Amino acid sequence: MDATQIIKTIPIEHYVILSTILFAIGVTGVLMRRNAIIIFMSIELMLNAATLLLTAFSTYRSDTPGQVFVFFIMVVAAAEVAVGLAIIVMIYRNIKSIDINVLNKLKW
Amino acid sequence: MTEQYFSGLRIELFLTMLILALLVGKVLAIKQNPIGTLTLISVFLISSIGISFMQNESGYLFGTMFRTNSTILFEKAILLAGTFIVFMLGFEWMKKQKHFLEFCMLLLSTLLGMCFMISSGNFLMFFLGLELATIPLAALASFDLDEKKSSEAGMKLILSSAFASAILLFGISFIYGTTGSVSFDTIASAIDGNNVQKFGFICILTGFAFKISAVPFHFWTADVYEGAPVAITSYLSVVSKGAAIFVLMPVLYHAFGRMSSTYIPALILLSTVTIITGNLFALRQKSMKRFLAFSTVTQAGYLLLGITGNNTEAGASVVYFMLIYIFSNLGAFTVVSILQNRTGRDDIGVYKGLYKTNPTLSMVLLLALFSLAGIPPAAGFFGKLFLLSSAAGAGYYVAVIIASVNMVVSLYYYLNIVKMMFVDEPEITIEKLKPAVTEQISLFICCCGILVIGFIPAIYEYIYNLSAAI
Repeated sequence: MDATQIIKTIPIEHYVILSTILFAIGVTGVLMRRNAIIIFMSIELMLNAATLLLTAFSTYRSDTPGQVFVFFIMVVAAAEVAVGLAIIVMIYRNIKSIDINVLNKLKW
Repeated sequence: MTEQYFSGLRIELFLTMLILALLVGKVLAIKQNPIGTLTLISVFLISSIGISFMQNESGYLFGTMFRTNSTILFEKAILLAGTFIVFMLGFEWMKKQKHFLEFCMLLLSTLLGMCFMISSGNFLMFFLGLELATIPLAALASFDLDEKKSSEAGMKLILSSAFASAILLFGISFIYGTTGSVSFDTIASAIDGNNVQKFGFICILTGFAFKISAVPFHFWTADVYEGAPVAITSYLSVVSKGAAIFVLMPVLYHAFGRMSSTYIPALILLSTVTIITGNLFALRQKSMKRFLAFSTVTQAGYLLLGITGNNTEAGASVVYFMLIYIFSNLGAFTVVSILQNRTGRDDIGVYKGLYKTNPTLSMVLLLALFSLAGIPPAAGFFGKLFLLSSAAGAGYYVAVIIASVNMVVSLYYYLNIVKMMFVDEPEITIEKLKPAVTEQISLFICCCGILVIGFIPAIYEYIYNLSAAI
């Protein structure tokens, strides 16, 4: 049995449910947590949910665009995190904290 | 065959050349020469605007990755013109920066990303263009390294845009799963509007709503606009938003064309809520940049309303409105930038009695605010007129009436600033400011744009003829 068939022994619904749960955990993390690095982790979780879904659909349909898309998502996510962490370091230098509640200089 | 690639990608190639030239200049550590760099950038941008009007064949390049036609080239010309004005209005601030070349490179690479984004014919290309347009912007928003506000703005921008693109990707994966493709054309023929696709579409629309800062996804807007340097604020409010709106149209009309019974109610709801909330928040702002931020939110609402019309009219009215909006908003931002650079303040109090000391600046701001509010002699009136008539043409009268009532409400806060400038006594004494040459160029272009575009019907007709192929 090759890998594709092993993957297909699990029904597609399970992949959809798993990635929806991952996505929901990610969204909850972004909305509830106040630490900038944990917010970034949650965003990574959301991206991974999308990645898993793309890979699963791609395998089930036996075509490639989904899997190619995944590589680009990984690269872009790395770039996003690099810029984000650089900004976090800069903020830490200025205010010695990365709790986003401290960032309340700008409020409506 | 090869010529086709060169002519289709000509603007992108020009921008890439410019970015590489700046990079080489930086690596060779040539002594920083802001005026020379600005001249180089201006020459490149203006010649790119020129070549975007050259003879053009529409079609696809790289499979279905890259779409090009005359409308897309006209949209690119609008974005290039906006970037040129941003360089002019922010130059006084930029040339004092230690990392001037990096600033230009980052700004131009976001422009390159937007160019790729609006000519994407495929969700992969669209996603990459979007990220290239967003990630450098976060670095730019936090460019004032010592300023706490600025790094806070950068942080808020990168967090909210990363969040938005994650939601967008989740939506794209559902659309891919149900249609088996990421290219707009194949999606258009395979989509049937079942519930999974509706969910995916809502996720994608949420991602877009973040980018164009439609309510309820507008929370980052005011904070980022206030904290970022004025040049970046103006760039975000005009060029970046314009690119997102331009790409939203082909996505809706092509890829999701068969789901119009789903997306039209969603868009109408989004635009009505956006217009009302943007207006209410704009009423209570004390800082000029935040005030303009909420004014931008409101304008995004009108743009979304325009999109609901019939394809050709909607496309023409949106492109026409963006053309006018670039001049009116950048005109206002030029005055804000001049005042903030010279006085170090951006609260509304600075504008009290401005007419007594600086009549020219206050006349320009008056013109820009009239155009944003949509008062007839200024071009903004015609832009809004076409947007609303596009929505009315498709029969959404209730939304049009709500939008028109809100235009009256918005007169209060726009004219409040005009009243402060012309009637009130000055709070602080500002001596007569002399704008630098670059700022004068920006003021001049914006005034001409606001006054002239509304009175030349040929411009709208030209855009209308182009939009047949949107």
